[in-house]
Amino acid sequence: MPFQLVFLLTDVLIYVLLAALIAFGLYTAHHEHLRVPWRQVARRPMAMASLVILLVYVAVGLMDSVHYRPLLEGQNRGEAVYSNEVLSLLDKATKPLRARAEKTYSAPFAMQAYSMETAEYPDGRHVREYPRLLHGGAHVQEAGERVGDIMLRVGAATLAGFGIWLLIVASFLLFWRRHAESWMLTIRRLVRGEGDFPRRTVLVTVGVLIVLTANAAYLSLYYHIFGTDQVGQDVFHKSLKSVRTGLVIGTLTTLVMLPFAALFGIMAGYFRGWVDDVIQYVYTTLSSIPGVLLIAAAILSLQVYVANHAELFDSATARADIRLLILCLILGVTSWTSLCRLLRGETLKLREVDYIQAARALGASHVAVMARHILPNVMHIILITVVLDFSGLVLAEAVLSYVGVGVDPTMDSWGNMIVSARLEMAREPLVWWSLASAFVFMFGLVLAANLFSDAVRDAFDPRLRK
Amino acid sequence: MIGYIIRRVLYAIPILIGVNLLTFALFFFVNSPDDMARLHLGVKRVTPEAIVKWKEDRGYNKPLLYNAANAGADKLTDTIFFRHSVKLFAFDFGRSDQGRDIGYDIYQRMWPSLAIALPVFLVGILVHITFSMLLAFFRGTYLDTAGVVLCVIMMSISALFYVILGQYLVSMLLRLVPISGYDVGMEAVKFLILPVIVGVVGGVGASTRLYRTFFLEEIGKDYVRTARAKGLSELRVLFRHVLKNAMIPILTGVVVVIPLLFTGSLILESFFAVPGLGSYTIDAIHSQDFAIVRAMVFLGSVLYIAGLILTDITYTLVDPRVRLE
Repeated sequence: MPFQLVFLLTDVLIYVLLAALIAFGLYTAHHEHLRVPWRQVARRPMAMASLVILLVYVAVGLMDSVHYRPLLEGQNRGEAVYSNEVLSLLDKATKPLRARAEKTYSAPFAMQAYSMETAEYPDGRHVREYPRLLHGGAHVQEAGERVGDIMLRVGAATLAGFGIWLLIVASFLLFWRRHAESWMLTIRRLVRGEGDFPRRTVLVTVGVLIVLTANAAYLSLYYHIFGTDQVGQDVFHKSLKSVRTGLVIGTLTTLVMLPFAALFGIMAGYFRGWVDDVIQYVYTTLSSIPGVLLIAAAILSLQVYVANHAELFDSATARADIRLLILCLILGVTSWTSLCRLLRGETLKLREVDYIQAARALGASHVAVMARHILPNVMHIILITVVLDFSGLVLAEAVLSYVGVGVDPTMDSWGNMIVSARLEMAREPLVWWSLASAFVFMFGLVLAANLFSDAVRDAFDPRLRK
Repeated sequence: MIGYIIRRVLYAIPILIGVNLLTFALFFFVNSPDDMARLHLGVKRVTPEAIVKWKEDRGYNKPLLYNAANAGADKLTDTIFFRHSVKLFAFDFGRSDQGRDIGYDIYQRMWPSLAIALPVFLVGILVHITFSMLLAFFRGTYLDTAGVVLCVIMMSISALFYVILGQYLVSMLLRLVPISGYDVGMEAVKFLILPVIVGVVGGVGASTRLYRTFFLEEIGKDYVRTARAKGLSELRVLFRHVLKNAMIPILTGVVVVIPLLFTGSLILESFFAVPGLGSYTIDAIHSQDFAIVRAMVFLGSVLYIAGLILTDITYTLVDPRVRLE
């Protein structure tokens, strides 16, 4: 085989999460009463536009979650030898970006380095100048041609992106066109935004994203579109790699805390008495430790453990991965308490409701009552909490990385980019592009998540339902 | 009332014991003191003698829970658990791994923390209530929609951006105030202005949006309709009737953080180089000083529980319908 698949722990959990999501989606699709609130979400233009953006992030994150080790060429002595370096599909797709490293900082779209260097000419002269970049804009002959060249390429990429978009719109129209309806009428229905679902908004969002992607993909082959960092790595590539870190923290944290929160919350409310006392004691104790400090304590302990047991982790990637997972676990521990409290309160109310009493009277066991009657009726609380927590967790990653207890410093993450940007902002001239890039990517994800979760909350919260 | 408070304080004791046991387990069971010593002294080149000395200097050379070598009560008191964890209950924080008196450091550093956290807290509440009332007054108009959108945008921006941009714009470009630092007395004001502004602006999005829903909830109630029906102007209704009632959830929500103001803000203090407890904690984390982190965990929990008790008391004070039993 030309490669050896590597399953990092977080990868496996991501696959589990994906499978759970698909199962949940299929289950929802077969139950009318569950479909109703989702249909309400689907009617909100803002929510659907956000969903499209979120899906793009998820696609990038998933591509970055299939890891493998490439086969080392030239040194096989009968057996296959695989590289120590763990790569992902995203790395493969962005190989040109990874390979084209510069020496140090360079501004976005620059063709010359950020700092001056002394160059020695063949005739013996020594001149202080901004050296040309190895890769960024290397095809441009004269400095004056650069802007024209960029414009030309932006135009070409935009045209290509627009073309792809038109194809998508056309295939959508083909699918949406009613029997024996004139094409003009179908287009007019679309432009006017007819129908319950915001098809126009979704298509426009898709169009904008395709044009942006086409530009980014094409231009980044010739320039460093977000500049390069201190060691000359392409910042655009780093931002893309950070997507997975942000998504993992936002989703896996809730995945690991959900079973505990649901089980304990429902048990406390259902059994009351000493079970309730014990569970309340546990979550009050955990929630009374300030979150950052608990995370700091746990990560410090982990650091000591990893430093003393280096042999357990076979690669730097695995070491960074285990730290990411522990971070998710600890964040989960600090965040399950609020959901547990909500579920306990709701279960306390539910257990007195007639149908629960009836189920008990008919001889249903406690487990059956909790699983079949109470859990489905608190599902909306769980769902709302999960989507509302997501954006907060993505933001928390940055703060934790700054405090020094976030993801591994060698791991690509927006938090780490911002932390390094703190020193870059004090440079003269200013190095602003790392910060700007982290900002754009992070803001896009968090804003989309916030807008989408608002729509989900409005649709699922019975108090807000009209 | 007094009886209730006493009971709440007594109830806090088992929780603090739980916190204490948890941190003890986290720091001493997951890793032995030997591991800690090795990390501090450098993992690779370290002699057994150096480890023994490191542990002796910090009192980590005792058994964890039970010292069989001693007689009588010393069997329990001459242990790491008693010396480093139980003593926290008497607010005896002991010495840091660098050998400094933690209790003294905390006492010195909580005032700069308070100097930032208190203005951020007070100005923040004022600003957030003003903005949310404004949005509630213009509810249903474009101003309201634009305000809510702005709130969502502002809460989607990481707190770190506010600090970095604030420092860059105000201190580096406009040169209005120093970038960072701290001073005693009135001289401190010029160092405090920027962190306070940044702290308030960073919190505007989430709080304004939340408080707006409190106001809107009250505005939909019957007594507001009655007030309007008897001919009061909208402004008067808002200030005299709605504000008072909307203050109940707002007040009870913010009271919990009042004791925690002493521990300051991690990000603000470390970016602006304020010698408070927030930067103390961050420095301890960076230098892996376990004793300080342990002390701060305990202190933070005590203050948080105090905040919870304060919240319950505030409930009875601002809402006569609530009776504590």
